[in-house]
Amino acid sequence: MAKIVAGISTSHVPAVGHAVDSGRTQDDYWKPMFAGYEFSKQWVKDNPADVDIIVYNDHASYFGMDIMPTFAMGIAEKYEICDEGYGPRPVPVVEGHPELATHLAASLILDDFDMTVLNRLEVDHGLTVPMSLMYGQPEKWPTKVIPLPVNVVMNPQPSGERCLALGKAIRDAVQQFDGDLTVRIWGTGGMSHQIQGARAGLINTPWDTKFLDDLINDPETLKYKPHLEYMIEAGSEGVELIMWLIMRGALGDKVNEVYRFYHVPASNTAVGHLILTPQD
Amino acid sequence: MKPNFEQYKDIPGTTIYTIELARQGFQLNEFCMSLRTEENRKRFHADERAYLDEWDMSEDQKQAVLTRDFQKMLDLGGNVYFLSKIFAAEGMSYVQAVSTMTDMNVEQYQAMMVAGGRNIEGWRSKKERGEA
Repeated sequence: MAKIVAGISTSHVPAVGHAVDSGRTQDDYWKPMFAGYEFSKQWVKDNPADVDIIVYNDHASYFGMDIMPTFAMGIAEKYEICDEGYGPRPVPVVEGHPELATHLAASLILDDFDMTVLNRLEVDHGLTVPMSLMYGQPEKWPTKVIPLPVNVVMNPQPSGERCLALGKAIRDAVQQFDGDLTVRIWGTGGMSHQIQGARAGLINTPWDTKFLDDLINDPETLKYKPHLEYMIEAGSEGVELIMWLIMRGALGDKVNEVYRFYHVPASNTAVGHLILTPQD
Repeated sequence: MKPNFEQYKDIPGTTIYTIELARQGFQLNEFCMSLRTEENRKRFHADERAYLDEWDMSEDQKQAVLTRDFQKMLDLGGNVYFLSKIFAAEGMSYVQAVSTMTDMNVEQYQAMMVAGGRNIEGWRSKKERGEA
């Protein structure tokens, strides 16, 4: 059977991608942030996996408003990199895992999660920046990837309860796969940030810290946290954090906190990062 | 469940991109999406007005784009991830573009971020601020 061996969560700020691509990670501004990922880069080398399921949101890069899927899953062989207005990031093409992805998409639909199925998808910074943070600048990414885009751009976004439940269903579906694979699940986006309006630049470290604690130790309490609270306390774009609930749901009741990092700012955003492993 | 979009209107200095606003801003956001190719970026920069006239946008939306009034674009149904195509095509960062929506210049805004960001105290509610 396949097994989920770890959960990784991280912010996915586009400026972080620019810093990597332009060789500025050791600039005074960026150095402390990238230093916070050194442990993680070594950890993923020491604890390799076959497949990464990456929960992320597209930022009007591939999906416009023609079609806005609430939950979607890529089942393709590979995913090209989007042009987000300044040309595609110079990173390797992302390779998929169609066998596990088709199994997961089918299982989830049968479990009443009405996934949109993507045979074609270009991925944006929401997916590639976390990969750059964990894997650096390889010629080829070390794992196969299953993209799981979530609508967090247009309100209403899916509820926290639904996100946590989706994670649990992913855990079951991975375990039912006929094939030996080690799988990690990533939740990306967040933490507190607001990139619009007169209130732009909002950062709420106490709220972020409590969210991290609850996500690790008491995720069920986050089920009923209303999106209004995320928007007020963590900023209008802080609602991206619901994607971390999908990751957490896939890890089971109890987890080990392998690593935690928090840094302000990256561009307009509070950067948060966790590595968790399931206890059973 | 009946949607409650009203609840978002008390958040100060914030425009929540609801499905209703998305409908209003569809053509504006479609225009933004078109800037994902170098060819269209060149055409837009060569003659902005003519390029905008290819889209079924309101005159207010077109004026907001021409004057780079990002707050106005949000009010008229734009969303910042779509609007980012306009400023990215001009080599502007999120920090530069976002700061134009605040009462700070970009240096002041950047200094605020480096010092830990905007403190939420006083920014939770329009009612609390006496704005509503």
